Amino acid sequence: MIEVQNIHKSFGDNHVLRGIDANFEPGKISLIIGGSGSGKSTLLKCMVGLHAPEQGKVLYNGEDFTRMDFETRIPIRKEIGMLFQNSALFDSMTVEQNIIFPLEMFSDMSRNEKIDRANYCLERVNLAGRNKLYPAELSGGMKKRVGIARAISMSPKYLFVDEPNSGLDPETAILIDELISELTDEYQCTTVVVTHDMNSVMGIGDYILFLYKGQKWWEGSNKEIAHTDVEELNNFVFASPFMKAAKERF
Amino acid sequence: MFFTYFGQYLLLLKAVFRRPEKWNIYWKEIIHEMNEIGVGSLGLIAIISTFVGAVMTMQIAFQLVSDLIPTSVIGQINRDSSILELSPTITALVLAGKVGSSISSQIGSMRVTEQIDALEIMGINAPGYLILPKILAGITMIPVLVIMSIFLALVGGLAGGSLSGAVTPADYINGITDGFIGYTVAVALVKAFVFGFIITSVSAFKGFYVRGGALEVGQASTRGVVISCISILVADYIVTALML
Ligand SMILES: Nc1ncnc2c1ncn2[C@@H]1O[C@H](COP(=O)(O)OP(=O)(O)OP(=O)(O)O)[C@@H](O)[C@H]1O
Ligand SMILES: [Mg+2]
Repeated sequence: MIEVQNIHKSFGDNHVLRGIDANFEPGKISLIIGGSGSGKSTLLKCMVGLHAPEQGKVLYNGEDFTRMDFETRIPIRKEIGMLFQNSALFDSMTVEQNIIFPLEMFSDMSRNEKIDRANYCLERVNLAGRNKLYPAELSGGMKKRVGIARAISMSPKYLFVDEPNSGLDPETAILIDELISELTDEYQCTTVVVTHDMNSVMGIGDYILFLYKGQKWWEGSNKEIAHTDVEELNNFVFASPFMKAAKERF
Repeated sequence: MFFTYFGQYLLLLKAVFRRPEKWNIYWKEIIHEMNEIGVGSLGLIAIISTFVGAVMTMQIAFQLVSDLIPTSVIGQINRDSSILELSPTITALVLAGKVGSSISSQIGSMRVTEQIDALEIMGINAPGYLILPKILAGITMIPVLVIMSIFLALVGGLAGGSLSGAVTPADYINGITDGFIGYTVAVALVKAFVFGFIITSVSAFKGFYVRGGALEVGQASTRGVVISCISILVADYIVTALML
């Protein structure tokens, strides 16, 4: 369980987050949605401690993560898997080395066990056999998937994914959504996904947080989102004529 | 302003010297960096040292016109100035450009592409993992390079002296062995150690705190080289004043 309480974050004069409260529950997929530049990635980075919020707290199972120092954070960090918006793969390492890197640092697995684990993770993201490629040799969508494989190599209890299916074809995108949903069930992890993708919103959104003007403008489930009359949310979700027509059919 | 940066630098160093998560991974990195810094700079340092040694010998011979002074003195002067000043300082200044800029651009580009954030998320001490191996490689390999540089400066002097006819090989070798004080080599090694630390840590510091994109990475690496060079000269003065 992750609790976010009254998070404020600014960059200079740009007050990006203006008091966000939210609870993210284990075994569920929580989505953060909102327009480009609305602070979704910033919120995610505040939650994992990459940005220090000026105000507010982030609690992991009741423990205040924001006030912890580097050493006390380590046990929680080992349980976090994260996919960055631009993948952030280590470009001096091969795909396989990227995935086993956290295992090398923190596990006592043998060499073969680690490689087996890497192969398993690669299979899950449909990239079996690409072990020896370097990040520079991958397409954008493949990088995303390797990023996911790296995020799950330690069987995380907290999974953060920033736009997992931007840049993927619809079929692979759905595959990734299914994977995220399976992993959440398997590890009973607290999963937080930042997304723009309406298929994901409708498909896997157990809990949806809509950011607008630096605030939590709306929260609810994918069942509720279709019937909301919050104008800003409707404008966001049903922006395209196609989606508008779909809404009218509901 | 200076004190803010210096404080930030010291805090980074504190994080660098935290206990490593796993020594065998760090060890692998250290070997890699030693190869990169040491072996990768051998050729450049060898060429520069030989030429500087040769030119120094001819220049000393040019200035020593008196018949009262034996030509073996040329060897002596070349030896002491190479050991005490030229080899350590020139090696360090050249490496500040070569090794320093590659360290800051490597770490800087990892910063702007969020690879450092990714390390941190995993619970890895990013300064330690990225910077400690470079510093350890720097403070061990740069002294080795300086020793090699001294040796080649002397060989260069021998070649330059005899080719130009300024000093016979026998006189020159007489000169470089006559009245040799081992302590001067100790001074050179202390300098090399300090310079190695400055080059690696300053350029890593500039790279580690880059904000922005590719442009800023380039600027940071240029600034890293400038600051390293100035720090090397200041440290050179301090070590000389303290030890001689
Ligand atoms: N490191 C930073 N320094 C300064 N400003 C930043 C930084 N990161 C984000 N911002 C600003 O914060 C705001 C929110 O950025 P953020 O990346 O969180 O948006 P986002 O919702 O993830 O957008 P997108 O969907 O396009 O990824 C933007 O106005 C951006 O300019
Ligand atoms: Mg974003």
